[in-house]
Order: sequence, then structure tokens, then C-alpha cells
Amino acid sequence: MADTITLLVTRYRPDTEAEPTVAEYEVPLRKDWAVLDGLNHVKDQLDGTLSYRWSCRMGICGSCGMTVNGEPRLSCATFLTEFAPGPVRVEPLANFPIVRDLVVDIDDFLRKLPTVKPWIVRHVDWVEDGEYLQTPDEQSAYQQYSMCINCMLCYSACPVYGVDPDFLGPAAIALAQRYNLDSRDHGAADRLDVLVHPEGVWGCTFVGECTRACPKGVDPAGAIQRYKLTAAMRSVRALLLPWGAR
Amino acid sequence: MTATHDVVLVGGGAAGLRAAIEIAEARPELSVAIVSKVYPMRSHTVSAEGGAAGVIAMGDTLDEHCLDTIAGGDWLSDQDAVEYFIGEAPKELVRLEHWGCPWSRQTDGHIAVRSFGGMKKMRTWFAADKTGFHLLHTLFQTSLKYPTITRYDEWFVTRLLIDDDQRVCGVVAFQLATGRIETIEAKAVVLATGGCGRVFPFTTNANISTGDGMALAYRALAPLKDMEFVQYHPTGLPFTGILITEAARAEGGWMLNKDGYRYLQDYDLGTPSPTPVLKSMELGPRDRLSQAFVHEVERGRTIDTPYGPVVHLDLRHLGAEVIDAKLPFVRELCLKYENIDPVTELIPVRPVVHYMMGGVSTDINGATPLRGLFAAGETACVSINGANRLGSNSLPECLVFGARAGRAAAEFAASTRPPDGSTNTQAEDERRRLERLRSRTDGRDRIADIRQQIQQAMEDGAGIYRDHETLAKSADTLGDLAERAATARIDDHSDTFNTELVAALELQNMLDLSQAIIASALQRTESRGAHQRTDFPARDDEQFLAHSLAWREPDSTCRIDYQPVTITRWPPGERLYGR
Repeated sequence: MADTITLLVTRYRPDTEAEPTVAEYEVPLRKDWAVLDGLNHVKDQLDGTLSYRWSCRMGICGSCGMTVNGEPRLSCATFLTEFAPGPVRVEPLANFPIVRDLVVDIDDFLRKLPTVKPWIVRHVDWVEDGEYLQTPDEQSAYQQYSMCINCMLCYSACPVYGVDPDFLGPAAIALAQRYNLDSRDHGAADRLDVLVHPEGVWGCTFVGECTRACPKGVDPAGAIQRYKLTAAMRSVRALLLPWGAR
Repeated sequence: MTATHDVVLVGGGAAGLRAAIEIAEARPELSVAIVSKVYPMRSHTVSAEGGAAGVIAMGDTLDEHCLDTIAGGDWLSDQDAVEYFIGEAPKELVRLEHWGCPWSRQTDGHIAVRSFGGMKKMRTWFAADKTGFHLLHTLFQTSLKYPTITRYDEWFVTRLLIDDDQRVCGVVAFQLATGRIETIEAKAVVLATGGCGRVFPFTTNANISTGDGMALAYRALAPLKDMEFVQYHPTGLPFTGILITEAARAEGGWMLNKDGYRYLQDYDLGTPSPTPVLKSMELGPRDRLSQAFVHEVERGRTIDTPYGPVVHLDLRHLGAEVIDAKLPFVRELCLKYENIDPVTELIPVRPVVHYMMGGVSTDINGATPLRGLFAAGETACVSINGANRLGSNSLPECLVFGARAGRAAAEFAASTRPPDGSTNTQAEDERRRLERLRSRTDGRDRIADIRQQIQQAMEDGAGIYRDHETLAKSADTLGDLAERAATARIDDHSDTFNTELVAALELQNMLDLSQAIIASALQRTESRGAHQRTDFPARDDEQFLAHSLAWREPDSTCRIDYQPVTITRWPPGERLYGR
């Protein structure tokens, strides 16, 4: 194994530069180094002007999503040896506006997230009454959707979001389902409109890239397909029983 | 440009978000701002794994949790604060349950609890081994429903504004994306920025844990309390410092030295038993386990690796089913970062800096001595953790004191006059300082080099065991580094997402806190909890049953004085484990 590897890193400052450029950095190739360790080596030793986000470096905070050799990945959980002898292309996540270098603007997701009401909806709620019971089976109905770390890899992988930025998107829909399927929640009706909107679940053409990109085993594509079925059943029922009896 | 809110919260982790929700619910007429250098769901709360303690099980009592906490803290905790904390913790955990936190359950649907180190009863609530992650996202998502909460995501606070009456009335911050520098006025400010583990080279703490809130308070001349008490967690993965949760031992994991021997039996922690025994052996407190590791190194009974000596954590006898159900993240982390499967292999571990018992000195309301300034969570020192925090007390601390500090800040804000603009000059000075720093072209040392030397000085001086000589040497080194940091090199002069500017400001924070830690440790000539002086090996209640307070002097040096510990019902006694 060679003892160094080349990183080809996208550099871009939209405020002063017309086009992104690619900078080449030689970093140590060590078996326990993630792509993020390579970037930190650049930042600390070679070029202090490189900008990227990172924090926990244990794959749970969701900050360090980047496009590594064409795939959306968490750079702290993607190892350099996977790409030896290199080079490794490191680019910002696709489908988002670039703020600078490897930093993208994810405010679109943060605007969409509250629209699905990602919280427990209950009309009466007394903490004094103690815990709500929930069996492990009831919990497993929504458990995987609660694992989303908001890393945005699924939006980066989603071909629909790439052409239609109004699409609600995989993580927001998965999080809506996380609450819809929670036995403690009474808010499914409140989430209906935004989910059955043309930019909601029906926007998805079921490519499944989101589920493949997810580093945490969430299955947003499954959440979307499942909700389409729920929504379709509701429409049929509304047609057959127009006066209610939900 | 100036924005105005009633209460500004600095930091968007568990304590900050809990404070925000408390204010939004109790005082919907008040405007609340969360100013955080990262999006709130990136905060370091996300990395907490094992659980959150709260008395709920049959046969457990609040008093037992109090005594475990106080003895675990080697009698340095304020007992009135501990009693309040332990009474509130279960209510806060139920509240989180109502907000959707997916706590692990028993088959009948009730909350499940697990054992934890130093706890005499099973009382630790958990969401598998991603408790902090679930807790943080539950709080963040719940916070989205309150229209009175305004977020400043990716804004870095650089200064507290203080008027002539010594009242805090806002902050100066800049937006990372644009470099825009702004004054955010407020009638009350709550600091909730977490800890400062990054002042050490080997830590479980995230890159963002640079103690910004502690440093802001310290520079505003609020005292830092008990800064010499730094918790080393006994089980971190070598190289990365990634935490392997104490829950791994609570579920039955063993600590083995190079001979496969459960060495903790040699350090007054009990006798080995095949299944876990509460408050014994692997379920002893973190300070004692980390100290035992040092003695194993001295005896030559550890395993050498390129990243220093390690011991082994053995989970193999638990089997795949238990590990996948209770410790899935441990398995995921070991496979990913060590290429080791704990179902069949031993996990190499070593002690790793994890938590600051000390922080901004507050009273039981989260109020600091500066009017209008509050603090909560790891940033604060109330103190419930004393000289050594017990595992699973920190998440409920964020909730209990986040809520209480939020309430207190809201009450203060509702009863005080709005800022009158008298701090405009301070804000202007700060703006000029930031602009000068950003445009500096004659800097010398690289930020990363100075940071690395600070971290080395801290490990050398303020490790698991300390003495006068090494502490004094580190104090000198830090003095030199402070001079070099003042002229550190800045290559990035951009307004747009300038992370080098952030690093330069964090470096200053880390330096101030390092000096406070070393000064506090030098003055405490006794051994207590996580502060072990080889030149003063005994606890000295005559002189040091007291909290240290570190004050910043005008010449940037640190002055230490002391305030008494509040004892209510539990007089100082011996810490007993394994018997």
C-alpha cells in the first residue's frame, strides 16, 4: 500500500468565483483514516482556507455528508483505503446550492421539516398521568424511521429532488411516517394534506436511491410507498363513504 | 444591524432546546432565540449513548439516587441541588416520553431501565444505545412547533454585552454563511454550549466542544467553578476516542488486562462475578476505573498499540442477540472504526476525556453572579456532579436545569427593562476586533499547531494523575502559547463560511479554559474524585470541602477562591464500591 493518496477537492466561493475548481492535495494513506481525517490533514497542515462541516466523527451528528467518488457519503465513516490507490474525488453534496467549497445550503430541508409536524400531536396531554404505554412491537412499527440523522444524503441521491426542488423529499416524509406510525400520536390527519400534495408522496417516482444512500438503515422509499397506499385507501374510502365513518 | 429578543439561548443541544421549549410553553408572550454555531440536531448531545437516570422502578427511592450521586461525586456536590435534580429527573424523562422519545420498553409497554456505574439500583432509562441522539432529535422536532422560538443556525457568538449596571443585555455573533456580524439584544442570556473536551488531545467530545459558553462567561468576569474536575471515561476506542458506552459493562461486559484477568478486583472495587453486580467491579464509578487503568500500565499489564497502551472490553459472552438488542451502536462503531466484531472479538479501549464536572458557576436556578446571565447543562456547574459525575446523570441534568434556567431567565426577562443601547460601543469594538482578525495578514503560527500544543500541555499537566511540578510546567507552556495565539496565522480572509476564523476564536476559548483548569488544579492540594494529586494523595475535608471559583483578572491571569459545599442530609463519608 502506498503511503499517501491524492484528494481531488472541489473549491468554490460563489461570491467571488464564477466556476468551481478542483484542488489536489496529497494526504497520508493510513488504514484507520476516514476521508474526513484526510480533509482535516489538509485544513491543519496544508491549506487553512478549505471549508467543510464536521463534528462528532462517529456517524451520528449528520454534519459531514459529501459526494465521495460520485456517491453521497458521510466523510467520517468512509475510509480512504476503500479508494486506494486513489485519487479520491471529494465534492459537495449534489442537489443543494453550494455555500462554499464542500458546504451546502440545507435550509430548504429545515423549511420543509416543520410542515410535516414532526412532533407528537395530542389534544389532551397530562405529564402527571405518567408514561404512555408502548409495547416493543408498537415501537418497532416506527423505530427505523426515528433513526434519521438529517444528513441529507437521501436528498442528494434523489433524482426527483434534483429536478424538482419543491418535492418534500425522503427524510421529511420518513419523519412524518415516524410520527404517523407512533401509537402515541393522534396527528396523522393533520399531516395528510402536505403528504398527499403533488409535491408530497406522489412526487416520488420510486427510484429507491434514497434508501440505498441512507447510512443509518432508514428506508425512506419504503415509508413513501407505504404512505401512498394509506393515502389511496383513504381516497377510496372517502369515495365509498362520503359522509364519514372513517 | 441589531435584532432583539427577550431571551437569547446560546447553544441548541439538550439544555438549550429544553430551555427554549420551557419558555415557549410557560411564557408564550416572550420572544426566544436559539443561537448555535451548528444546526441544533448536530449538537454534541447527539453522541450520548447509554442513558438517562431517573427513579421509576419499584424498590428504588429518590434518597438512594441522591446518595449514589453524592458519594459518586466524592461529597463535592451541593446536596440541595442534588435533591431538586433527582426529584425532577423522572418527571422530565416522562415529559420526553410524551414528546415522543422512543425509550426502550419492557414487554408490557412500561419504560425499561438498566444498571449503570456507581448506581445502587437499576434506574437508567435508555433508547437502545443512542439515547442522546433520540433525546436531541425529540427535543429539536418538538421545538419546531413553537412560533415564538427563532433560530440562528450556524451563528457563532463571540461576546457577551454587559451594561454599566453589570447586567448582561445581549451578544455579538456572526453568521457563518455570510460573515455578517450582528448585535442580538436580549433581557436575559442562557449559556448552553456544552463542554470543552477538545482542550485535551484524546476525547470523546465532538469537534464543536470547545467550551465557548464557559469562555464567554469567564471573559465577562463570571467565575468558573470546579474546573479541575475532568472526567476520563474508562472505555474509548484508541485513535478516534469514540466512546464505548458504560451500558456495555452494565449489560455484563468485562474489563480485561493483557493476561485476560479482570484487573478491577485489585483496586478495591469488589470481587468478580459472572453476571454484573451493581456498584461493583465494572459497575464502579468512572474516576476509579480510569485510575485503575493507570496502575495497570505501571504494572506492565496492558497491551501496547501504536496509539498507546490499551486494555480489553470483553462482550463476547453476551452473545449476538443481547448485543444487537441492547448495544447495536457499539457493534456498529466497532465494526466501522476498529474492524472488530464484539460478538467474537475483544474491544481495545483506554481512558478518554469525556466530561467537565466544572463550568460556569450557577445557583440552583441556573443564575450566574452576573445579572441576566444563566447557564445550564455541561456548560454550567450547579453543582450536582461534584468531583465525579455518575454515568447517565448528565442527560437528565440538561433537561432539569435547562428547564429551570429557562424559567428563571424568562422571569428575569419579564421583570426587567429592555437594553437601552448603552452597550453599542462594546458591540462596535467587538465588530472591529472580528474584522481585524479576519483580515490579519501578518500572523505566524498555524492555529492547528498551537491547538495541538495546548492539548499536549493539558494531557501532560492535567491527566488522570497530577502533581505540582507537571501542573506548573503546563501553566508556563500555556502562558507561552497564549502569546503565540495572539498572533496566529489566518490564511482565510473570506466572509463566506470562514471556518478558519471560527477555529481562531475557538482557540482563544480553549486557551482561557485550559489556563483556568490548570490554575484550579494547582491550588487544590488534595485528591478528590477525578482530581488526583500524587503529591497530595488524600482527601482533605478540612480545607477543601469547597468549590473552587476561577476568576479572570484584568491581566488575563486566573485567581482562585473557594465557596463552601452545601450539605443537607449526607455528611462526608467514605466511598465504598464492591462491598
